[in-house]
Amino acid sequence: MAELSYLEAIRSGLLAEMREDPSVYVFGEDVALGGPFGVTQGIAEELGGHRVVNTPISEGTVMGVAIGAALSGLRPVVEIMFVDFITLAMDQLVNHAAKLHYMSGGQLKVPLTVRVQCGVQGNMGAHHSQSLESWFLHVPGLKVVMPSNPADAESLMRNAIRDDNPVLFIEHRALYFSRAEVPEGGSGLAMDRASVLRPGTDVTVAALSKMVQPALEAAEALAGEGVSAEVIDLRCLVPLDIDTLVESVRKTSRLIVVHEAVEQGGIGAEVAALVQERALYYLDSPILRVAAPNAPVPCAPPLETFFVPDKERIMEAVRRSLASQPA
Amino acid sequence: MTAAKQGRAKAPARRDENRDPVSLLRRMWVIRAFEEKVSALYAAREIVGLLHLGIGQEAVAVGVCGMLDADDLVYGGHRSHGHAIAKGADLNRLMAELAGRATGYCRGKGGSMHVVAAETGFVTASGVVGGTVPLALGAAFAAREKGVGRVAVVFFGDGAGQTGPFHESLNIASLWGLPVIFVCENNGYAEFTPLSAHTKVERLARHAETYGIPSATVDGNDILAVRKAMGRAVDNARAGKGPTFVECLTYRLRGHYEGDPGKYRELSQLADWKKKDPIARFTRVLKRRRAASAKDFEEAEGDARALVEAAAEFALASPWPEPEETGTQVWA
Ligand SMILES: Cc1ncc(C[n+]2csc(CCOP(=O)(O)OP(=O)(O)O)c2C)c(N)n1
Repeated sequence: MAELSYLEAIRSGLLAEMREDPSVYVFGEDVALGGPFGVTQGIAEELGGHRVVNTPISEGTVMGVAIGAALSGLRPVVEIMFVDFITLAMDQLVNHAAKLHYMSGGQLKVPLTVRVQCGVQGNMGAHHSQSLESWFLHVPGLKVVMPSNPADAESLMRNAIRDDNPVLFIEHRALYFSRAEVPEGGSGLAMDRASVLRPGTDVTVAALSKMVQPALEAAEALAGEGVSAEVIDLRCLVPLDIDTLVESVRKTSRLIVVHEAVEQGGIGAEVAALVQERALYYLDSPILRVAAPNAPVPCAPPLETFFVPDKERIMEAVRRSLASQPA
Repeated sequence: MTAAKQGRAKAPARRDENRDPVSLLRRMWVIRAFEEKVSALYAAREIVGLLHLGIGQEAVAVGVCGMLDADDLVYGGHRSHGHAIAKGADLNRLMAELAGRATGYCRGKGGSMHVVAAETGFVTASGVVGGTVPLALGAAFAAREKGVGRVAVVFFGDGAGQTGPFHESLNIASLWGLPVIFVCENNGYAEFTPLSAHTKVERLARHAETYGIPSATVDGNDILAVRKAMGRAVDNARAGKGPTFVECLTYRLRGHYEGDPGKYRELSQLADWKKKDPIARFTRVLKRRRAASAKDFEEAEGDARALVEAAAEFALASPWPEPEETGTQVWA
């Protein structure tokens, strides 16, 4: 066990795979110098500059290059500096990376990892703060993971690289310097499992990425009010571990989904649809979503603070859920 | 495209104030003072966010915008406080925007990288590198169709010169003969990477050649050189002769963003460029030509600092936007 920051854990997972597998390459803007946050710091020095490739500001083409290299036997890890700029690489991701295995009748595979950070932190405004994960749920052929803590980050990083499919590995900038114990050589975490972080019996709170922390804090505070909340970290969005969610809802009969992305068309909608298909008659109240308002991310501090769901809003949703009774 | 269709028989007179060299110096000082104040307020945590300052690049902003009419349209990028000011943005409202206040141009919704001062013709900045280049083509297209004789200008960096939209925009602007002026602020770095690590094409203006667009590469720290190149570009655009590419060689004297330790650049390089500071340089020119008095020079800086102090006071005394505004103005 070692205590690592989320950022160090990502680096540790990446570096471990790069040491073991010479076909793993990193591509991205300023990655040889570590990138703007330092995730890839020191890798070029240890493994050689040719494995950590600085690119021009050409996201779409670089994504295409990486997909082409993946089709030729490399395992590229592409860094898109902010998820906001993945817009520029969507064509290659959606039309090529996601589909080539299928369209080729299984002849081709694209073992590509896309590392990207997302979310609100530091009043950077609408072009550097979005959470866009749910776009990718709508593209069969792409896997999506969003770790909330260092141990998961390291393990999911390793497995994303080992996976023979394109995987979006979505980091949250505000988590980079959060620290926790990371087990040695951890790569045991499957890419399709949610985790029950806090067991409870009255209500299920499913959260992801940075929202896991306020969900846990809300559960702790609610315990003081005599409410037992079960907190589940979704962790992997595609494939989604619906079994764990359904099992929990059958026990608690109430579900709140929490995400930082805007409410409309978010993962909350998908989770709600899937859970009601399998557990409608177990539910005692409507499934609620705690998410960002349906707006671009504003820059000014009071607006930005208002935008991001917090512990209070989660607690309020839980109380609303508990107050509502079946007719 | 004929000049007649452009809606104006000949190039209109430019604003008189721009002909006065002292006013150019004053404008550069306003931008410098504004950004130094922003830097100080950022250090004091009075302004937060991700700030990219253009200290050292003022001659490009003022040189370019000084050749434009009030109704010409300007697009910027992530390093565009100076472009907005040069186009006539109100310092109070701009400072208030950076400080996230309700009195800011965008009511605090935009912030440093997303400044819009529509009434001045500064249409928008952007946090997406290269993102505004096609938008400027759209402005040029609309201006031509409406026959209003406007030109559109887009500022971008050398890094943006590697983006796909940039190259596609050069092709379309050339093909359609649009009244757009590409202003490349080649400051030698994109974030922490020198241009030579991004492209073998050392002069971005060479791309213009490929696409059949007339171009000039000028010393971007020499405001008179910038004005000269822009004058030709504007005249051509207004006369229906299509786009021009103006590459301005310059240097940012601050880090990529505020807080960037800047370890990727040699201190000697920084010192060399400090000697080429565009404001000090233009001051020397005016002195040599005896075009301004000692009082003029003193006032240029002093007045700028006073204006900026007042803007900071206005901004920091302004109310915050109400949290509920987060969800407003999503729809027109
Ligand atoms: C599409 C996109 N990719 C990456 C970034 C991150 N980024 C911000 S500024 C910058 C460098 C831009 O360099 P340049 O265009 O030369 O402008 P300068 O910063 O030198 O003014 C990068 C890569 C971005 N904002 N947008």
